[in-house]
Amino acid sequence: MTPRRRRLVLVLGIVAGVAIAGGLALQAFRENVMFFFDPTQVAKGEAPADERFRLGGMVEKGSVVRKPGSLEVQFVVTDFQRSVPVRYTGVLPDLFREGQGVVAHGRLGANGVFTADEVLAKHDENYMPPEVHRALKPPATAPQG
Amino acid sequence: MDWTWFHRFGSPPHLYGLARRLTPWFAWPAALLIAIGLYGGLVLAPPDYQQGDGFRIIYVHAPSAWLSLMAYTWMAVAAAIGLVWRMKAAHAAAASCAPIGAWFTVAALGTGMLWGKPMWGTYWAWDPRLTAELVLLFLYLGYIGLRSAIEDPQRADRTSAVLAIVGVVNVPIVRYSVEWWNSIHQAPSVMKFGKPSISWPMLTPLLIMFIGFTLLFVALLLVRLRGEILRRERRAQWVAEVVTE
Repeated sequence: MTPRRRRLVLVLGIVAGVAIAGGLALQAFRENVMFFFDPTQVAKGEAPADERFRLGGMVEKGSVVRKPGSLEVQFVVTDFQRSVPVRYTGVLPDLFREGQGVVAHGRLGANGVFTADEVLAKHDENYMPPEVHRALKPPATAPQG
Repeated sequence: MDWTWFHRFGSPPHLYGLARRLTPWFAWPAALLIAIGLYGGLVLAPPDYQQGDGFRIIYVHAPSAWLSLMAYTWMAVAAAIGLVWRMKAAHAAAASCAPIGAWFTVAALGTGMLWGKPMWGTYWAWDPRLTAELVLLFLYLGYIGLRSAIEDPQRADRTSAVLAIVGVVNVPIVRYSVEWWNSIHQAPSVMKFGKPSISWPMLTPLLIMFIGFTLLFVALLLVRLRGEILRRERRAQWVAEVVTE
């Protein structure tokens, strides 16, 4: 083997080794890397029961109930298989609306109600002008990956 | 196979002259396309059905993020060529990529935070995509820091090249993070198989911006490469001739 070829093999070896190590590490940390759990995972008991975690999914159509005179709001987060009721008090982001993605951070109570202290909107990858959206109805609620 | 064309890249005066001649061919089209793309994106494109005018930050954010990854890939490939073929010009190219890539990463993170506050409701979340992009910035900064910490240029080249090559595993992690894990960041709208999930009047200026930013990156790279070659060859006769001409 020429020195040049030896160096080439060395460089490719470094890349392969680091890629395998990185892949194994990410595989091991799979759960921790997940930014949120969806309602199906919560129903299966995969989400931590006594700790704060993030719940992600779609805000179910027609489920948002605001308490008059306060910032308290209740809604249902669904992944179209299972759903979890959420209670939150505070200001909601601009993109929060029924039929759109949402990530709530908080705790699951014994009664099955998720009490959130932070709600983030999750936008999907679809961009279109309002006219196109009106013409395309109803796919705005299509599930996202 | 005749490899002389490849080895000529290794000749500093040849590469310097080539970079100088090529720069305007990238810089002017870049300026033109970015001007057209900005006008198209900020004025002509319709507002988004959900985000209104706020979505227009995509015209800077997405091309910056794309180049933050592409600059790193180029840097790692150049560093690997420099390491394997002992080519100083390739190390000079890798060193020139780093600050440009770092600034594109800063631009991607900064514009993303400005968009995240009104849309998601937060500037920052420790989300896989956002965290991996931050790691990318640290890789760039670590590479730049490592280079400047080692005085002997040859050792600086070789040591930093290993860091650049090791860090390249982060590039697919940034790219695929939104598909591998649950993430608050949306899935790709353009850089994916199949039909783009962004309507044509909005997509056209975005594609123009992608091409414009890529040309801008090449133009900046050529300018930095010339500076890097002059700095490395400062004791050579040809540099004295170039500088005094």
